[in-house]
Amino acid sequence: MSATVLPVFENLAVGDTVIERTVAFSRDTLVRYAGASGDFNPIHYRDDVAQSVGLPGVLAHGMLTMGVAASPVSEWIGAAGFVRDYQVRFTRPVPVDASAGASVSVTATVGALDPELRTARIDLKVMFGGQTVLGKSQLVVSFT
Amino acid sequence: MVNPDIQGRVYPPTQPYLVGREKVREFARAVLSSAPLHHDPEAARAAGYTDVVAPPTFPIVLQDFTLQQLLADTDAAVDFSRVVHGDQRFSYSRPIVAGDELVGTMTVTSVKQLGGNSMVTSSTEIVDGGGAHVVTAISTLVVRAEESA
Repeated sequence: MSATVLPVFENLAVGDTVIERTVAFSRDTLVRYAGASGDFNPIHYRDDVAQSVGLPGVLAHGMLTMGVAASPVSEWIGAAGFVRDYQVRFTRPVPVDASAGASVSVTATVGALDPELRTARIDLKVMFGGQTVLGKSQLVVSFT
Repeated sequence: MVNPDIQGRVYPPTQPYLVGREKVREFARAVLSSAPLHHDPEAARAAGYTDVVAPPTFPIVLQDFTLQQLLADTDAAVDFSRVVHGDQRFSYSRPIVAGDELVGTMTVTSVKQLGGNSMVTSSTEIVDGGGAHVVTAISTLVVRAEESA
């Protein structure tokens, strides 16, 4: 485990980009998430079932995308605080091709700071294929 | 169409859920997080926690038990094959750590009809073994209208 520098609340400024990351989803990612979360809806691992309900094919769980989008933020915060609030709107699905997978990008910027509560609102921009897949995606981090 | 009368309905508390260290690690791997606090008890203890800390979306595991209650309620008439997840929120008092024994209680806070679709918002209050609030999971499900024959 590499020693990382923890973020310091006083050093943050609104508009700072704190994370830019691209994450690769494969069918394996979806199956692993199904097992860990208990969400075994077959539209997340069977193309035939997905197509039978009018979808192009297997989709990522919305909650997988939501979870993965928060992970770089958790890694960045480390022991400097914790996620007090996290909300998203699921605006577009993420189809995951059986061989090509899907590439999702996550950008996190500082949206607001509250020096009294020592909280930072982190706004996430989560994109697939040039389009936003999570709307109004915000975390509130409480710094200790 | 979802029965609008379920607005305000409170479902029975779930069975106590014991958060396991390996479950936290498994979930963290599944959301592709390598944050030491999710995986390493020593790192978690150094940060002041008793054991590994769950990722922010972990309460979905408990919320799922409460949503199963809603889907099993025939009076509610929620057709799972037509359900799309609209939005999701987690509001914490403190992080979940391995060793917590958690109980969730769901309230249907709103049922709205919009262009044939139904929007069902539920709020699941999750408390620890001492009854103290840990996190509230709020979810809106969109139940798509049936195609007209």
